[in-house]
Amino acid sequence: MLFSPNQMHIPDGFLSGIVSIVLWLVSIAVLAIALRKTNKTLGDREIPLMGVLAAAIFAGQMLNFSITGGTSGHLLGAALATILLGPWSAVLVLTSVVAIQALIFQDGGLLALGANIFNMAIVGVFSANLVYTLIRKVSMGKSWSILVGGFVAAWTSIFIASLAAALELSISGTSPANLSIPAMGGIHALIGIGEGLITTGALAFIYASRRDLFTPEKAEAGTGKLVLIAGGILTLILAILSPLASSHPDGLEWVAEQQGFIEKAQEAVYNLIPDYTFPGIDNPTLSTIIAGVIGAILVFGVAFTVAKLQKKQAAN
Amino acid sequence: MRTHDFYEPRVSVVHQSDARVKVILTLAFILAINLLPPGTWANYLLFLSLIFSAEILSRLGIGYHLKRSLLALPFVLAALPLLFTLPSPYHSIPIFGVNLQISQPGLERFLSIAVRSWISIQAAILLAASTRFPDLMIALRMLKIPPIFVAIISLMWRYLFVIIEEATRLERARSSRSGAAPYGSARPGGRVWWRAKVTGGMVGNLFLRSLERSDRIYAAMLSRGYNGNPPTATIAPLNRQETLTIVLGLLTFLFLLFTGLTLGV
Repeated sequence: MLFSPNQMHIPDGFLSGIVSIVLWLVSIAVLAIALRKTNKTLGDREIPLMGVLAAAIFAGQMLNFSITGGTSGHLLGAALATILLGPWSAVLVLTSVVAIQALIFQDGGLLALGANIFNMAIVGVFSANLVYTLIRKVSMGKSWSILVGGFVAAWTSIFIASLAAALELSISGTSPANLSIPAMGGIHALIGIGEGLITTGALAFIYASRRDLFTPEKAEAGTGKLVLIAGGILTLILAILSPLASSHPDGLEWVAEQQGFIEKAQEAVYNLIPDYTFPGIDNPTLSTIIAGVIGAILVFGVAFTVAKLQKKQAAN
Repeated sequence: MRTHDFYEPRVSVVHQSDARVKVILTLAFILAINLLPPGTWANYLLFLSLIFSAEILSRLGIGYHLKRSLLALPFVLAALPLLFTLPSPYHSIPIFGVNLQISQPGLERFLSIAVRSWISIQAAILLAASTRFPDLMIALRMLKIPPIFVAIISLMWRYLFVIIEEATRLERARSSRSGAAPYGSARPGGRVWWRAKVTGGMVGNLFLRSLERSDRIYAAMLSRGYNGNPPTATIAPLNRQETLTIVLGLLTFLFLLFTGLTLGV
């Protein structure tokens, strides 16, 4: 088994100093809440539990399966940890994994660690939790929804986390948004399928052998309002902001254009008005936002329809 | 899996200095170089010479760091489009008979990102290679990282290689019974869905084994008098020389950052 650097771990140098610092602050704030929440609800046995499970996630990331021609799929584990441990513990466990990877293995930078924690341990966990909880709710807690919810949650966590990474890179002026967001999003939409399959396989195995781990209390932890709202906001913002950013030729160039635009506007306001008769309607930004929202609605729609159909079948 | 060559024991000034000094200076070093504007080549060069001298002082040598720093290289692809998307002046560069239009600010920014990343990762490698894990944890505690968190990370590290061995055994069992291709280009067994499901089952298995292991570990900790608070040794305060090293290091980085920000190239 070779240690393979993950695409999602951003090394130092690729994020601007400001972006790194802001994301560090955000991550520290969320981690403080997570520590407080887990301290309140969990006993003293949770320290060894979380430490060992963090090691298990790390080792689980090394188990891979060959897809084709030398490429292989492996796990990130945000959704699996969220489903089995609840969101707040999952945030701590994944933060430990990402921190050790940066500190010892140089997989991901130290200054960029705040961003990597944000992407994988916070965005990954909260978006997975949102999707999983919704699907569980809709299915009225039927056992099949553990697997379906697990698959969709795993896919969402990878996809949304990769959008976050791509967005950070383009805000930093490292990668043009119109290339990095479709590229990162596209690759991880595929990687997410692998994540979904492994997560489903793992959940199926655990459900068969240790059904007691899917206790109602665990599920309760994921339905806290704060957790769901945070998940919803993060997921929606990233789903909407990414097409917005990628419809501009380049984050920095866009800013430059805007500045140029303002200068020009100050010089000759009247010359510009004919060109921009109805700002916002004949606008690629708007159409890509709408496309993004429709895409998100479609994904949720399919999940809901499948859930509804299954429920009807179960009722008959 | 290279398990034990992350820490490289040497008798050197760098290895012997306090982990807290190293952690603070490494973080400050990386922060400073990442705050430098692109194209401040003189300052990049000075930062590079600083890290090179530290590498020589550590007796690990520059070559060792160069080899390990290749890890972050593939990520440079993410910044490559800058060469073509940033504004003019463009330079036409013939490559394989094709004239590529490369933007000068784009090239400047791309090289800056690559150099910045390369210097940063060398600092991180030096820290990991010259500091023992327990010392690193003490340094983290001094940096006000919550003790519970440090305890989780320490326990993770303590059992990481045990569980990696467990995972290796699972993988060896799979290779010997199903799913592995006998040689590079051969088709592996089963369909890709099936292989994914098997891997999922293995991950689930690993998870359950780890869960059971954590129960045993907890029992063992209780038997040694664990009461919910991770035992923490008292840490000696930094002595005058160590404080002086930190202050001098920070001043150097600040000076290099300041000149980079104000004087430009």
